Parts: sequence; C-alpha cells; structure tokens
Amino acid sequence: MPDTAILPAPPAPAPSIALLGHVRHVLAQDPVTAASFGLFLFLLLCAAAGPSLVPYDPLASDTVQALRPPSAAHWFGTDQLGRDILSRVVTATRLDMAIAVFSVALVFVLGGVAGIAAGFFGGWTDRIVGRLADTIMAFPLFVLAMGIVAALGNTVTNIVLATAIVNFPLYARVARAEARVRRQAGYVQAARLTGNSELRVLLTTILPNIMPIMTVQMSLTMGYAILNAAGLSFIGLGVRAPTPEWGIMVAEGASTIVSGEWWVALFPGLALMLAVFCFNLLGDGLRDIVDPQRRT
Amino acid sequence: MNLLDIQDLSVDFATRRGTVHAVQHVSLHIARGETLAVVGESGSGKSVTAYAAMRILDRAGRVAAGSIAFSGVALRELDEPAMQELRGREMSMIFQNPRAALNPIRAVGRQIGDVLLRHGLATPAKARARGIDALDQVRIARAAERYDAYPFELSGGMCQRVVIALALACRPRLLIADEPTTGLDVTTQKAVMELITELARAREMSTLLITHDLGLAAAYCDRVVVMEKGRIVETAASATIFRAPTHPYTRRLMRATPRPGATLADLLPDVPAMPALVISVPAMSVPAARTAGEVLLTVTDLVKEYPRAGAPGALARLLGRGAGPAPFRAVDGISFTVRRRESVGLVGESGCGKSTTSMMIMRLLDPTAGSIRFAGQEISATPANAFARDPMRRRVQMVFQDPTDSLNPRLTAARAIADPILRLGTERGAALRARVEELAGLVGLPTALLDRFPHQLSGGQKARVGIARAVALLPELVVLDEPTAALDVSVQAVVLNLLQDLKVRLGMSYLFVSHDLNIVRLLCDRVIVMRSGQIVEEGDTAAVLDAPQAAYTRELLASIPRPPV
Repeated sequence: MPDTAILPAPPAPAPSIALLGHVRHVLAQDPVTAASFGLFLFLLLCAAAGPSLVPYDPLASDTVQALRPPSAAHWFGTDQLGRDILSRVVTATRLDMAIAVFSVALVFVLGGVAGIAAGFFGGWTDRIVGRLADTIMAFPLFVLAMGIVAALGNTVTNIVLATAIVNFPLYARVARAEARVRRQAGYVQAARLTGNSELRVLLTTILPNIMPIMTVQMSLTMGYAILNAAGLSFIGLGVRAPTPEWGIMVAEGASTIVSGEWWVALFPGLALMLAVFCFNLLGDGLRDIVDPQRRT
Repeated sequence: MNLLDIQDLSVDFATRRGTVHAVQHVSLHIARGETLAVVGESGSGKSVTAYAAMRILDRAGRVAAGSIAFSGVALRELDEPAMQELRGREMSMIFQNPRAALNPIRAVGRQIGDVLLRHGLATPAKARARGIDALDQVRIARAAERYDAYPFELSGGMCQRVVIALALACRPRLLIADEPTTGLDVTTQKAVMELITELARAREMSTLLITHDLGLAAAYCDRVVVMEKGRIVETAASATIFRAPTHPYTRRLMRATPRPGATLADLLPDVPAMPALVISVPAMSVPAARTAGEVLLTVTDLVKEYPRAGAPGALARLLGRGAGPAPFRAVDGISFTVRRRESVGLVGESGCGKSTTSMMIMRLLDPTAGSIRFAGQEISATPANAFARDPMRRRVQMVFQDPTDSLNPRLTAARAIADPILRLGTERGAALRARVEELAGLVGLPTALLDRFPHQLSGGQKARVGIARAVALLPELVVLDEPTAALDVSVQAVVLNLLQDLKVRLGMSYLFVSHDLNIVRLLCDRVIVMRSGQIVEEGDTAAVLDAPQAAYTRELLASIPRPPV
C-alpha cells in the first residue's frame, strides 16, 4: 500500500525495531513457539544451504557400501545403492519445502481471494465459491490429489497444483467467514465513508485484518502440504526415483524394514515428522506476532 | 448481621507491564434485604470487586489481601466444591449482555429447568411447571408458550428477564447485577430495574447493583458506594448523595451527568481537565457559504423495506409464484429537513428505524423509495456501493457509536485521520501530516498519540480520532450515531462539548441519533421522535421535551431514572 509511505515515519521506536521486540517477547513467553521457530530456521538452513553442506553426493551410489547401518562415516547409514542417507535427507529438504511453500502460496492467493470476495460481496459470488468448495470437499482429498497428478502428468508442478486444489476449500471457507464477520464492522463502514471504493475496502481494510487467521491457516496447511507431497511420491506419483525426496525414501526403505535395515525408512520419516510438527506448532506463535492487538 | 461483608479487599492482576492493583483496600457490606449500588467509571474496579466476592476472577487476577464473608462464612477459605454450591444457590449474578449469558441453542425454559435440576430443587417431572412459574414471575407474558422459545426469538429486554429468572430460580439470598440494563432502551431499563427491586423486596433478597450511571443507582438503591481507581471514595444513602455529595470525585461525576436544567458547559469540571478545548487552533479555512437557516438536507417519504423470512426467492418471483409475507418496513415513509448549522436529534428505541435512516442519509444503504436531497441535489440517485466516488461523499460524514469498533485496528491514529484526505482530499506528504496534526489539535488529541494504534488509546482518545476523521474534509452534514454511548460520563461531557464547539467553528449541521433524551436536550435545536419506522413527534427540543404531545414521547421521558432529590 503506497498510502502508508506518504506519512513520515514516526520517531523512535521505528516499527521494525518494535516488531523485533515483539517477536522476542512472544518467543520468550512461549518456549514451544521458540522451539518451533528454531526448528523452522534449521529447516530453512537445510533447504538453502543443504546441498553444499552434505558430506556425500546424494545421487552417487556405491554398491560396496550398500545398506550399512549408521556409523561415523555415514551417520544415517546407507541405502540399497549405497547412497548416504544423511546427504539425501538434507538435500531433500529443499524440494519438499519448495513444493509446500509454492502450493500454500498458490492456494493462499486463490482460496483467500475467492473466500474474501464470497464473504464480502455475498450473493452469486458466494454461491459459486461455496459450491466449488463443496465439490472439492466431496472427494476424499488424497484420492483427488492422486487423480489430478495422474491426469495432468507426473511432474513437480502438478504436485504443487494438486496440493493447492485440495486445500482450496479450507482457505476459501476461513476467508469467507472472516470477511463476512467484518463486512458490517464499524471500521469497514467508516472506510466506505471516507471515500474508499468497495474493492479498495476489500483489499486495504478487510484483507489486512484477516491476515492473522490466514497466517495460522497457512502454517497448518504447510505441514499438510508436505505430507501430501510426500504421500504422492510414496505411492509413486510425482517426484521420480533417483531424486532425493522424503516420500520416495520412505517408500524405498519400507521394503527393507522387514529384513532389519530400519534406518533407510526411519530417517526420512523422522525428517517428515519433524517438519510437519514444526509447522503445526508455528501456527499459534505466528498468530501472536501478526496480530497488532497482542502488541503493546 | 450483614449478608455480605467485604473487609480491606485488594485484588492484583498480573499483566505484561507488571502488577496492576485493580482493587485496593475496599470495604463494603450489604445487609439482608438491602440494595447497594457500586458506581464508578470503567476501570474503577467495581466489577472486579464483585467477581472477587463470587470467586470468578480470571486467571491473571488474585485476591492479594482482605476478607470476604457471606453470612458469616469466610469465602476465601472455602474449597471449590463448596463455593460452587454457594454460587447460583445462595449468591447469583446477572451480566451485562443477556444474549451472551444464555445458551443460544437451548430453549430458555429448559435452561431454567437445568439450573433447578442441578441444585436439586425440582424433579425432572416438575421442571417444566417450575420453569414456567419462574418465567411468570419475571412478568413474561404467555410464559407457557415462551418456555420453548430460543433466545434469538426474544427481544433484548425479554432475554434480560430470562437471565433474571435464571439467576433467581434457586431463590438466592444475594443477587449481583453487573450493568444489567446497559444496552437496553430506557423503557426496558425501567421495567427491568423495577422488576429487580420488586422481586428483591418480595423475597427479602439483597442486591448489589454495579453501574456507571449515578442516576440509575440513586433511583433504585438504598445506598450508593462510589469507586475511583480501585478505591472507595464515598459511601452514602442514595437520598443524600445527590443532595450533598462530599467527595470531589462524586461531585465531578454528578456534574458530568447530563440532566434537565444543565447546559453543556455545566458538565465540564471547573478547572478544565483537558486543556485541548482552550488551545487556539489556527483558523481552519471554513467555506464562507454556510449561512445558518438555509435548508441543507430534505428527506421526503423515505422508505426502507426488508424481505421477511419465507419471502419467495428470485426464481419463485421470476416464475410468478407465491406472494410471500409483506416485506418488513424498517423506515416507513418519513420526511424531515435539516438546516445549515442546525442540530437535529433523531430519538427512539432500538428497532425504531433511526439507524437505518441515518445509514440511508449517509449513503451506506439504498432506500426502497423516497428522496434524499442534499444541498439541492438528489443524492439517493447514486447507489450506495458507488457513492464513494460521488463528489457529495466528502460533504456528508459520520461519527460512529463505538469508537473501538469504528477504527481499523491495523491503522495508526494518524493514518485513520488521513484516510479521508488520501481518498478525497488533495494534501500529500508533509502537507498531509501537517493537516493531520492540525485536525488532532482541533479535537484535542495530543500529537504524540498520533502514531499509536487504536488498542493503545483510551476510549475518549479513540472517540477523538473518530471525530477528527469525520471532520477532516470539513463536511457540511455530520451524522452522530450515539457518539458517546460507549464512553464514561466524564469523557462524554468533554466529547459533547468538543462536538458543540466544532459545530460552531466549522459551520456544520448535525443529525444526532440517540436514545438518551438528556443528551439530545443539551446538543440539539430540534428533535424528531421515531417509533416503528414513523415519526411520532417533531419540534423544537425544549417544546418537545418539556411539553410532549405524543403519548410515546411522554412514556420515553417518564422512563429516565429520576434520583430522589
């Protein structure tokens, strides 16, 4: 919004510093949120710098070293082709996170805008968005995602698309409910009175006010998106075999668990679990940070 | 012996900014059958005192010191199960918002039955008869029918009666009423208060009334306790407190309460607490052509209809099927005018159509029929959702009822005031900031507060931001929708004076929507009384309020609580 820039910045404390202080306060007050933030930063680091940090090439096979248990040389052990599991788990972070981030960003824009419009304008917009969401919800979501990837082709882009589509109803409904509540709020009426057109009211008054709840929603579906992508890969859709990806790695490890080589499936599975866990915990902490009313 | 005896009570709240001493060394007692009022402004600790007595403080609150005895039993030493037995059965409470206090998905009669069953005062077979009996006692007509009604089917006053029936179902010995009539109409307020005092007398029950309204307290209670900032400043019989208030705070409160015979300036304390009003503001350029007397707004045969439930939908209408029930007329053909530099009061109870009327004049709502002419131009021609770009937009503005609800929580005070200028004005950059500061000065808002968010401002400061935003474009007509309903009396006095001052200085006309006749008397030149969407009476304020012609106006006036003087 360019409007805010027109007013001179207030004297100290500068907003960014105030925000930092607020973040610190929230983290200090709630150790669980702090832990999930730490975990989130660690995941980000792995995604950003992972491939250049790992000790081995995640794709290089060494049949002599196949299926070795965790050791000093291979902390997480090796898989059937002798590839280093630690390197593969860390490298996979980038791909899994990217799928989750892009699909959540996509559904946030699509579902959020559709939902806000439905709640704000009501009438036909509301009916169309509502029925669309109902239609998607009528399918078992994972089966729907499978169908979409199978129909559109086995690519990462289509996984992102499928994950976004199955999450659409969640976003549309939350955004619709929140916009509907605020449609008649005093400050929305006031914004109309001060000469804001309906579209501007929607974008500059309603949207920022439902961001806190949408942020929580994003964080929660982020975990679900990672699971969904991994799940698709696990059953052989989406990402293909040699690429390091948590779902495929669990699938590869599943066959060897029976024969005692537990580490092949365990470590990617653990990474998956930690990531989902992290995003779920992060939701509540994020809400506290984004909501200005919690800031004093 | 006293029924409730509070000695030296202190309550602390742990907050982010350290410990807040909400109640400090409060001692009060209520005799059997006595009605005691605790009066104070928001934050005075009046509710916290009652919550401490009921032991329902929220988690951050803690009784730091003192003793609370209920008919000789020390409540602080009681264990939780024993306390639960006392609550509801011996001491009961009614809250401010009756709708929030009722379970929305359970018939009201059954909710009363539940309470009776819980405390073993009725058998399942007899619960219904006892419930109907309880509804009957709070004068709910056709109690047997209403037993099966859901809260949303009843009016606010009815709901409050049900809440009273709930609270009294177990025949408690102490009733705590926390602002039981705030948000209800004056006529309903009168009925509810008379009901409470009558039932209390009939059952020899003690009542603790918590209120911000000194007049209400003195009219219905035996004794009045005045609290300020967590301390008791005065205790007196209600007959004497109005005649001879001893504490300066009580005097200040009484002074600030609008009453017949007082002028706006009378409401302010002798020494102006807010220097803002005497600050010399650089003369804002007021357009010259604002001569008094000239007609500014003409409303003719204005109608607003809403379809009733069960009305045929678009498809049924298209197929020519079914004439459903006739639509509900919220505003039923009203006509009036507002002149330049004039204040017109629009008075009536909730549901009378006064807010709908103001929304239509504000062009936030489209009328079903009729015309709204503003400065000679028909403004109802532009639909409400396109009016934002109409050149008339800047000439009609509004101050909302709830200053908290009407400010966007994500915008600073400065940005909120700048909003109309950014959309409809010309100033930008440094000129805009200067203009915002000028407006802040005009409404008495310290410049230092401009960069705060609404939740960091007090109620009075938020009201000032709302007013500054409304006058930012020097509108010709401002609709004031109960602008002080959510404010404490002392703040209300200052805000009313500010509004009057601005009106004169900027040459604006006011349409003042209110249910408080005492305030209308202070601020308005003319008054229009509305009921069920129609105008009942119209005329000069003094004429209408001193010699009302319509029976309804007389009823409204008679409902204002009159303290024994």
